[in-house]
Amino acid sequence: MTVAATIRIQDADFDVAQEIAALTKGRTDIGAVVSFTGICRGSEKGEPIAALTLEHYPEMAEAEIRRHADEALSRWPLQGLAVIHRFGRIAPGENIVLVVTASPHRRAAFEAAEFLMDYLKTNAPFWKREEGVHGTGWIEASDHDDAAAARWTKS
Amino acid sequence: MRVKYFAWVRERIGKAEETLEPPAEVRTVDDLIGWLAARGETYAHAFEKPKVIRAAIDHAHVKPDAMIAGAREIAFFPPMTGG
Repeated sequence: MTVAATIRIQDADFDVAQEIAALTKGRTDIGAVVSFTGICRGSEKGEPIAALTLEHYPEMAEAEIRRHADEALSRWPLQGLAVIHRFGRIAPGENIVLVVTASPHRRAAFEAAEFLMDYLKTNAPFWKREEGVHGTGWIEASDHDDAAAARWTKS
Repeated sequence: MRVKYFAWVRERIGKAEETLEPPAEVRTVDDLIGWLAARGETYAHAFEKPKVIRAAIDHAHVKPDAMIAGAREIAFFPPMTGG
């Protein structure tokens, strides 16, 4: 069976339970679902923030997430896959990103979800701007995230 | 070709996109960064650290030595911070 990934880039919030149900409803072959939700923190490097604003490159974001979703589908035996990434202004406590993976057994679902998140962090064309107490500024990319994504490169 | 800028690259240049026709000797992404940086102060500021700048041709990531011939759209932006 060919699995098509659900990919959405939107300014609206999403409902995690609803997205999981959309992948699993009416099926008895799925044994594991992993979901990861990235949430806006109320502080950055110890300083409180009022909100994040995510800028993105719409055409490329869709293409880039699709490429990585297709790679996940080819590397793990997945039965369902959904990636939702928000843009625009997001307040602390609100959702930013969702990855849901479904597979017969847990390992594939865990690994594929982690792979996708590591790649989204470093390769999906989104940029976070924070509104802090001392004004606004672009959040800098972390070397940590680059190292996390590099783990998945096949040697 | 259409050239797009995002995040602080966009802010420093002061525009989100423009249509440019670089001369034939501008062959790679790196060449294009050098050519853009010479267009004025705002560009020089945006491209002052070329190694930090990431590029995409027609919606796919490319390295600095990628050839730009035939590109419809080239984008320049800082390292990504999504997810």
